Amino acid sequence: MADRTRIVGGAFQALCILACTLIVLMLAVILGNILIHGLGTVTPSFLTKAPESGMTGGGIFPAIFGTFALVVLMTIAVIPLGVATAIYMHEYAPKRSRLVHVVRLAIQNLAGVPAIVFGLFGLGFFIEFIGRGMDRVLYGGELVYGQPAIVWAALTLALLTMPTVVVATEEALRAIPQGYREVAYSLGATRWQMIRRVVLPQAVGGILTGGILAVSRGAGEVAPVMFTGAAYFLPELPTRLNSQFMELGYHVYVMTTQSPDVEATKPILYATVLVLLALTFLLNFSAIMIRAQVRKRMRHGR
Amino acid sequence: MADKTRARERGTPCEIRAEGLRVRAGNGEILKGITLAARQGEIVSIIGPAGAGKTTFLRCLDRMAELDLDLAVEGRVLLDGCPVEEFNVAALRRQVGMVFSVPTPLPMTVYENLVFGISLVAGGRDRFDEQVEKALRAACLWDEMKDRLNEPARNLSGGQQQRLCLARSLALEPRVLLLDEPCSGLDPISTAKIELALQELKQRLAVILVTNNVKQAARASDRTAFFLFGELIEVGPTQRLFTTPTDPRTSDYITGRFG
Repeated sequence: MADRTRIVGGAFQALCILACTLIVLMLAVILGNILIHGLGTVTPSFLTKAPESGMTGGGIFPAIFGTFALVVLMTIAVIPLGVATAIYMHEYAPKRSRLVHVVRLAIQNLAGVPAIVFGLFGLGFFIEFIGRGMDRVLYGGELVYGQPAIVWAALTLALLTMPTVVVATEEALRAIPQGYREVAYSLGATRWQMIRRVVLPQAVGGILTGGILAVSRGAGEVAPVMFTGAAYFLPELPTRLNSQFMELGYHVYVMTTQSPDVEATKPILYATVLVLLALTFLLNFSAIMIRAQVRKRMRHGR
Repeated sequence: MADKTRARERGTPCEIRAEGLRVRAGNGEILKGITLAARQGEIVSIIGPAGAGKTTFLRCLDRMAELDLDLAVEGRVLLDGCPVEEFNVAALRRQVGMVFSVPTPLPMTVYENLVFGISLVAGGRDRFDEQVEKALRAACLWDEMKDRLNEPARNLSGGQQQRLCLARSLALEPRVLLLDEPCSGLDPISTAKIELALQELKQRLAVILVTNNVKQAARASDRTAFFLFGELIEVGPTQRLFTTPTDPRTSDYITGRFG
């Protein structure tokens, strides 16, 4: 009996280790493959030039810049929206409120909607409805905002990543002891003062975590931006909110599916994937560094 | 607001009074019509077994009960003769200080904790240091804290934390001080310091002390009220209540036969 238990236990442990190794190996193969094939092509000129000769030469700078600008715009949109939603649900709404229940359910469902549906929604809602509407009212029917643009792509991505921010912020708010809130009230704080002086400083770390997760999710998405603003090829950078832009993920997609010369684009493809991964890691890393800094400043007494 | 300010200027003694206070939660009644007052110059202690409604009673006095939407409060609470509903709720809570049973320093420095309340209203920033010292002295904490003001409050011992919470309430110069089992987790020395501080404080404000410790009520209070299942069974001078209680339930409780 004891022997049997030991054998089963040992086998289970071995299985767990095997699964873990398998995952690490897969990651190593993927990364190694990309590094080997892509690293040679990633040169300073590749990072700073626009594509040339029908995507078979030149660099990918417009796509790097576009991705960066897209993620920044998305963050500006999603953080206030997501944080405000979470604060309303956790701090303002009455407990067991039916509205909050419905909103929370909606947000959970939002997290399960496929990315391509967000893309189509962005096309239908932001571009056709809001953009065209703005053009009719503000620009006398001239085509200004009623077309794919970086602002619509960023807003679409913001919708996609909002559940992440809301959930992370709510977690952070839930982790704050109720006693802190009562103490603030008992010392004559209004609800806003309580939130501003006690809750928000404590929640900043969690809010930033949500932001990090949103950024790393948003930076790699292709489907939501392909209808809403990403362009196949643009030599110039997006300079206005209604400019189209190139995006790394979408660039990978078009080079894989629509290249005129598959062999010639292969090294560029690998290099682009490498840059996309590096950019995502970089965004993640800088967000983590910011969070660490904030946490250090907030550490008083924690 | 205006009445309260005038009361202070006239030098009227501080008083908090509950009249026929009833609190319902769902089907149950937590408080069944309590009439009890505390005046400047005395410490009123409230004793009684768990579930007697002592904490709920305190939370009605500074309108903290409003935070719990399940509670339905009836009856009147008067601060210096003025119904508490007529106060701005934040202004009321500055007048009625509360110390909770678990020491709850906010996650800030000692100094930031002490000025938290006074910094919520505009102005007077130049007087902060003076108010901090006064509050710390009143809570018997000045000597220990004067060189540690910029330390995180979490670094203090439990007893120091609780006295910090006391000082934090006192920095607002309240008219009434409510203490909810303030010494339940503290060692005898910290307890003695808090009791000493209260004896000084009662000259300036009205004090209500909820305690699980019958001996503390006997030691530290001038009048004692005995709560049982939401009812005020008996209230009287502490000496009298502990030597010759009029209700058999009171004598059972203070001699330790139940609760």
